[in-house]
Amino acid sequence: MHIPDGFVSCSINAATFAASTVALGVAVRQARRNLDERGVPLLGVTAAFVFAAQMLNFPVAGGTSGHFLGALLAGVLLGPFESCLIMGVVLIVQALVFADGGITALGTNIFNMGIVGGIGGTYLFYGLRRVLPKTRKGFLAAVAVASWASVLGASAACAMELILSGTSPARVVLPAMLGVHTLIGIGEAIITTTVVGMVLAVRSELVGAWHEGGAR
Amino acid sequence: MTRKRLGLIFVGVGVSLLLATFISPYASSSPDGLERVAADHGFQPRANAWDGAPVKDYAMPGIKNEKVATGIAGLTGTLGVFAVAFGLAALLRKKDTDGNA
Repeated sequence: MHIPDGFVSCSINAATFAASTVALGVAVRQARRNLDERGVPLLGVTAAFVFAAQMLNFPVAGGTSGHFLGALLAGVLLGPFESCLIMGVVLIVQALVFADGGITALGTNIFNMGIVGGIGGTYLFYGLRRVLPKTRKGFLAAVAVASWASVLGASAACAMELILSGTSPARVVLPAMLGVHTLIGIGEAIITTTVVGMVLAVRSELVGAWHEGGAR
Repeated sequence: MTRKRLGLIFVGVGVSLLLATFISPYASSSPDGLERVAADHGFQPRANAWDGAPVKDYAMPGIKNEKVATGIAGLTGTLGVFAVAFGLAALLRKKDTDGNA
């Protein structure tokens, strides 16, 4: 879902750049206040895992592939703004070193995957956890649904930017993007739920959301 | 750094390095969701990749074997992302009150 240069107009890139800068600024301020010594290695490891797992494209229908996003995983482990920070670091390295995602589109990509996927996805997860049973199964069900929705939400934001930029009409790009990412989101849900379930089993103290919400 | 935290780093970075180095060369090379939509609906030609990136398309330059080039790019990128994120977090974290910040 990394948007290259040339797909999105200057004004959209500028607006999303501004929004992403604000979100990352809030994330930095929150980290200064809340990130403790235990969170430092976890943040580094999560970013490394997200980068590595994003390289593993899996096939979905019809000669198309998808890959793990990781925004909801980061949100469940560390929190919504920490997730945005991690996605920001990963996307900046991908754009500058690997030409994966454009330079002018960097703000747009951070907006889609960090703000919509990371912050939005994690708050949706908080809401789902409140209504689902307060058990391990309920917790993992919220992880599954929210991780699927984080991919769908990011792809909807991407489609909106393409529409507003005049790159492709709404009736074409919206159903196409949502259609393929409905499938890719299932992969996201499987990977995120598996990883969170494994970490819960081995080192549950690393799953921040498991402790702060009294989900046990 | 306590033993538990070092263990997390060894296991977490280790698993990530294994995935990026040895599994990523065998990942699907089909276009991803957005690339597929762009190709199907005719706006893929608008894309222009930045020429200045040192490791384009996750292939480490100077390595002929494609799979090795991807694996080395994955290894380097994973270590780099870990270093940047860990360093940033270490800089930002709330400082201890006992003065050893």
